[in-house]
Amino acid sequence: MEFDRRGFLKIAGLTVLGLAAKPGWELFSKVEPQELVPSPETLAKKRWAMSVDLKKCWSVKGCRDCIDACHRIHNVPDLGTLKEEIKWVWTAPYENVFPEHELEYSEEDYRHQPVPLLCNHCDDPPCVRYCPTRATWKREDGIVMMDFHRCIGCRYCMAGCPYGSRSFNWRDPRPFIKKVNLEFPTRTKGVVEKCNFCEERLSRDLLPACVEACKEKALAFGDLKDPESKVRKTLQSRNVFQRQPELGTKPKVYYVL
Amino acid sequence: MYDGKKIIPGLILFLGLVTYPFWHNAVSGKTGYIPKPKLPADKKECVEPKDYIRINHKNLLDGWKESVVRKGGTIYMASNRKRYTMSLNRTCMNCHKDKAEFCDQCHNYMGVTNKCWDCHIYPKQLEKG
Repeated sequence: MEFDRRGFLKIAGLTVLGLAAKPGWELFSKVEPQELVPSPETLAKKRWAMSVDLKKCWSVKGCRDCIDACHRIHNVPDLGTLKEEIKWVWTAPYENVFPEHELEYSEEDYRHQPVPLLCNHCDDPPCVRYCPTRATWKREDGIVMMDFHRCIGCRYCMAGCPYGSRSFNWRDPRPFIKKVNLEFPTRTKGVVEKCNFCEERLSRDLLPACVEACKEKALAFGDLKDPESKVRKTLQSRNVFQRQPELGTKPKVYYVL
Repeated sequence: MYDGKKIIPGLILFLGLVTYPFWHNAVSGKTGYIPKPKLPADKKECVEPKDYIRINHKNLLDGWKESVVRKGGTIYMASNRKRYTMSLNRTCMNCHKDKAEFCDQCHNYMGVTNKCWDCHIYPKQLEKG
């Protein structure tokens, strides 16, 4: 058989095609590992918020159920001093929380009643603007999140937050945690921390720990975009306050009286 | 050479001291040391194949951190289409229970330090106090 130029090219071409078949098949049939992440649109369908019914809250004197539940599951240390205190949920007297409410001659004296406080998860959070490393940011569902990995401990966010919702770890918090919860990491020296609206529980379809712990059902949590949600219902019924609404941060923790 | 009697023994002594780590290890038999991370006895399969994990575990964990913290994802779909929860504690440390027997074996050998356990907690860490 005569082996001409044309024949050679044909056979060479077929050989190359044959050799490429297996790697080509492998390349296109391979499944890339992937992280299944909810799209920004799915997250944006919600807007988490909380309401605090103060009358119900005050019905039990000296109750700390919400604070204890939160601090227990989030490994919040108890350093014992006010100066280095780390708090996710805490209380302050009514007259300090709402100084603009003139209560001098009101029938009931609310002034010294404790008001439960937490991060307001503002619509326009100043802390997020101040953070130079984007360690804190607002998620599409409204939660103001912290990435402890990225926090450099500059404390600009603490200066920026008008509500004092953020605490700084001046020392290693581990020895000050009574019982460590393995499900949640502790923090390390030199990072800022605050309430995360129990983001880790929400992703498992659980309510925030403080809401679950409140026996008086004073705390209501839900989606503001859903007209049937508990928060929306509470907001329609009574007088509603926010902390320092004049600052324009649009807090999403509401107080009803 | 001037002062050859001093310089040459001095040089030999200097070379000896500089190469001390090498021949010390050679004499004590450490040159052949291979780190042996202890694999869990009852589990056969990791999230990804061994070769991939060996090289890319750091990138994998970094990606998990990014998804969980910043993007709100919790599920990882491996290349064999199995689904895993992206969690250092609940997924990785659920099989590799002791960091000292697994992670530290190679990390110590390579002189790698990481800060995972300053915040994250593995079950055995608490037992020691």
